[in-house]
Amino acid sequence: MLSVHEVTTAYQGLVAISAVSIEVAKGEIVCVAGANGAGKSTLLKSIAGAERPRSGTVSFDGMRIDGMAQHVITSRGIAYVPENRRLFPRLSVRDNLRLGSYLYRGEVNREEPLDLVFKLFPRLQERLEQRAETLSGGEQQMLAIGRALMTRPRLLMLDEPSQGIMPKLVDEIFQAVKRIRDAGMTVLIVEQRMSECLEIADRAYILQTGRVLMQGSAAEISVNPDVRKAYLGL
Amino acid sequence: MTAETIIQSLASGLLMGLLYGLIAVGLALIFGLMDVVNFAHGEFLMIAMYATFFLFVFFAIDPLLAAPLVAAALFVFGAVVYLLIVRFAVRAKANAGMVQIFSTFGLAIVMRGLAQYFFTPDYRSVTHSWLGGKTVSVAGIFLPVPQLVGALVAIAAFGALYLFINRTDFGRALEATREDAGAVALVGIDKNKVFALGWGLGAALVGLSGAVMAIFFYIYPDVGASFALIAYVTVALGGFGSVFGAFAGGIIVGLVEATTALLLPPSLKAVGIYAVYLLVVFIRPRGLFGSM
Repeated sequence: MLSVHEVTTAYQGLVAISAVSIEVAKGEIVCVAGANGAGKSTLLKSIAGAERPRSGTVSFDGMRIDGMAQHVITSRGIAYVPENRRLFPRLSVRDNLRLGSYLYRGEVNREEPLDLVFKLFPRLQERLEQRAETLSGGEQQMLAIGRALMTRPRLLMLDEPSQGIMPKLVDEIFQAVKRIRDAGMTVLIVEQRMSECLEIADRAYILQTGRVLMQGSAAEISVNPDVRKAYLGL
Repeated sequence: MTAETIIQSLASGLLMGLLYGLIAVGLALIFGLMDVVNFAHGEFLMIAMYATFFLFVFFAIDPLLAAPLVAAALFVFGAVVYLLIVRFAVRAKANAGMVQIFSTFGLAIVMRGLAQYFFTPDYRSVTHSWLGGKTVSVAGIFLPVPQLVGALVAIAAFGALYLFINRTDFGRALEATREDAGAVALVGIDKNKVFALGWGLGAALVGLSGAVMAIFFYIYPDVGASFALIAYVTVALGGFGSVFGAFAGGIIVGLVEATTALLLPPSLKAVGIYAVYLLVVFIRPRGLFGSM
């Protein structure tokens, strides 16, 4: 479904990822793990169109999307939840979700994914009239994922969904990711918390200083002795 | 000074104030949306007044009927100014603030020069329009009809703007872009389209006020300058970027101006407004209704 081929992206001359290739098949949960500064966020930005790769190609459903404007990539079916979530802070939860369905304005069933969103995150339904900035970190993450689901993506990309969130809610969010996949979507997660991520993922990649260090099934990676020592602290 | 004179001038101050609000709201809208001050705002007003004048002279269209046409024409003009000039000015890699200021300031000077060249510096006026020169008397207070209608147009325009921003998808997109222009792509919105619409809308609102102003004000190439100054003060007073702050700011400016006119000689009319402006920026720099 998604094919990233030898992508190199640099900021002001500094290479953040170098010739990175990853594949994501339909219906998978793929985890990209790695330490801070390994290039995980840059990888997602390069796919989402928030950064333009210097070289390499990104294809989605067989079509080249690298070089397309970010809003066009969103409309093609890739929803991206960035690290800092980028909600509309002074707008209500309801307005944030409604903006998620902007692409479907004028359609009668524009808010169809709302059922799923409320099933996954019932708290959002309780806080519909609250401003997004008044939500807790975990709730903001839920809203960011909810808003992304409203764009009806085929591929959902999450950048460090566990960041700045109470441990109890982290679990809730990872469980929600599984249910999102069960609802027919494909998920690509970037995470520093490798163990939780490997638990729900089908396959994983490990990035180190901008390159793919290792790849395999989540089961393989989680029993690999080097990974256990370096990343899982076992 | 009798109570009657005071009420009389406060009433006309209120009417002018509502029009000032309408002139300023486009400026506030654009500033709130993308932090760009349109220094050609007064010249937008000027071409709207000329457009109204020429529609009247050549096609005998009364300014009241011309108003929607002029607003539509200014909408297109505003969007084009964004797409051809401002879009590139905001991308400047160095001295971005200066580039923005001088790209619109330069536009103002060019527009004034073109107006002088094509329309000559002569003072023009729309004579014998439906409303021109008429007054009504309400409870002993005489109100000029053009200003009264202008005030009603301003209230209606603010009402429509409120509904547009709060009830339509495009209005929500506008608010979302104000909040975080870098995030709207996440929901599939093209921020450039929103910016172009914002410029169009801001220019249409000043176009509407230009059509009303043409009924009772002389039209000449520099006419925008004095109103632009009032508009900048209004926007600062109301709170930078706050659309409804501009409405309230306009009313305050109108009332202060009328009060000053009662107390000081006409040539010192601007003193009151400027004093209020300084007071606000010193005591409450974000303006009365602004948030930071």
